[in-house]
Amino acid sequence: MTDSSATTGTGRVKRGMADMLKGGVIMDVVNVEQAKIAEDAGAVAVMALERVPADIRAEGGVSRMSDPDMIDAIMAEVSIPVMAKARIGHFAEAQILQSLGVDYIDESEVLTPADYANHIDKWNFTIPFVCGATNLGEALRRINEGAAMIRSKGEAGTGDVSNAVTHMRTIRAELRRLSSMAPDELYVAAKEMQAPYDLVVEVAKAGKLPVVLFTAGGIATPADAAMMMQLGADGVFVGSGIFKSGDPARRAHAVVQATVHFDNPDVVAKVSRGLGEAMVGINVADIPVHHRLEERGW
Amino acid sequence: MTSAPRVGVLSLQGDVREHLIALQASGALTSTVRTREDLAAVDALVIPGGESTTMSKLALIFDLMDPLRDAVASGMPMYGSCAGMIMLADRVEDGRPDQKTIGGIDITVRRNAFGRQVDSFEIPITIEAIGGSPFEGVFIRAPWVEQVGPSVDVLARIEQGPRAGTIVAVQHEGLLATSFHPEITGDHRVHQFFVELVRQRA
Repeated sequence: MTDSSATTGTGRVKRGMADMLKGGVIMDVVNVEQAKIAEDAGAVAVMALERVPADIRAEGGVSRMSDPDMIDAIMAEVSIPVMAKARIGHFAEAQILQSLGVDYIDESEVLTPADYANHIDKWNFTIPFVCGATNLGEALRRINEGAAMIRSKGEAGTGDVSNAVTHMRTIRAELRRLSSMAPDELYVAAKEMQAPYDLVVEVAKAGKLPVVLFTAGGIATPADAAMMMQLGADGVFVGSGIFKSGDPARRAHAVVQATVHFDNPDVVAKVSRGLGEAMVGINVADIPVHHRLEERGW
Repeated sequence: MTSAPRVGVLSLQGDVREHLIALQASGALTSTVRTREDLAAVDALVIPGGESTTMSKLALIFDLMDPLRDAVASGMPMYGSCAGMIMLADRVEDGRPDQKTIGGIDITVRRNAFGRQVDSFEIPITIEAIGGSPFEGVFIRAPWVEQVGPSVDVLARIEQGPRAGTIVAVQHEGLLATSFHPEITGDHRVHQFFVELVRQRA
């Protein structure tokens, strides 16, 4: 649309796009075959990337935005939304992803950060951004920079859900704490959270984030997805958990169905049967702190 | 019907919460619908915005597609926004080959017709049947209506720009569909119109 009466890239269009993904599962895929499996299983979107976090962790080195050819191929194959990752602070990678026409950009700690001080100024883009957060202050700093969707960081590539739980519980607890505060206490709350005062007031009044809050980082089973949804996630990102498992297609279906019926244990039990090997996983506690992806982003 | 109608929101995936809020503000008793028992307990149904292929698959997997079609056949009023419009359309272009809809409105819709997210847009939309000031039409990877059967009332079209004339809201008896998302604007007039429709058809 090029006429002046239609406006693209508005806050409502960006945040609204995330609203439409709620209750759904977004899956990491590294090729066209995986993208098809994800779409067939009922994923609401796919995240196109060159290596899943488990492999990034295993192989080491600098991890960057994916090859545009690979992203194009996935966009051509599936009709659901396609997301792609840019490095933290790497606005030129984000410009490229916007030029390719991806539907959402993940400014992601899973890739090697490009700027250890600044995140991308996301207001400058027509395409919406999702960013990770470990607590409410971090979420509000990202929203202040223009993020239209937040995901708990968890610890990507581990299959260990404990950090996703910690981050989701932390964000939800801080939301409850804010909404119980007296107005004159919000100044200090904003200072302590290192978050913009106006956003703190908005969130304290609403009792929830002004954008959709997904969970990510270590979800490997239908039960993991069901637990995260019960803890208040609006939806689920699954990275290595699907395609590092024994039977990806079956597990993909199971995680999608468990996310819909997250509060119905009979359904979650049924879809949990006979899934084969889950990803082997790494305990977060065994990873040295300086190798933890959750520590990236500020 | 004088008491508040019971209006469910199909809760397989999508912006369920926003529709629940808009329906409650419009005087309906609301509930979420995930099973055929849930469906049996409501007078009318809203199909939210979301990913239509996902919704279609989940409706089949959870054995809801036939009960939903039976509900349409028996005259249950339904309103669908965006993906919900696709679910209520008899025919879909640019869907997945295996994509099934509930159907009920004799229209052909084109999925993601306006383009990808970078093309998602806002534009004022007038619905004469509802009246008042124009709606803030929020179109997100939205479908449009490509062809309508003789039984279908066209409620709104894009008014300006290169897509002027494109049909974006339709009604067939108790079935209502919009390409855009009034539920995320805080403007409840479409939901009020629908709840009134439910009352009239009870």
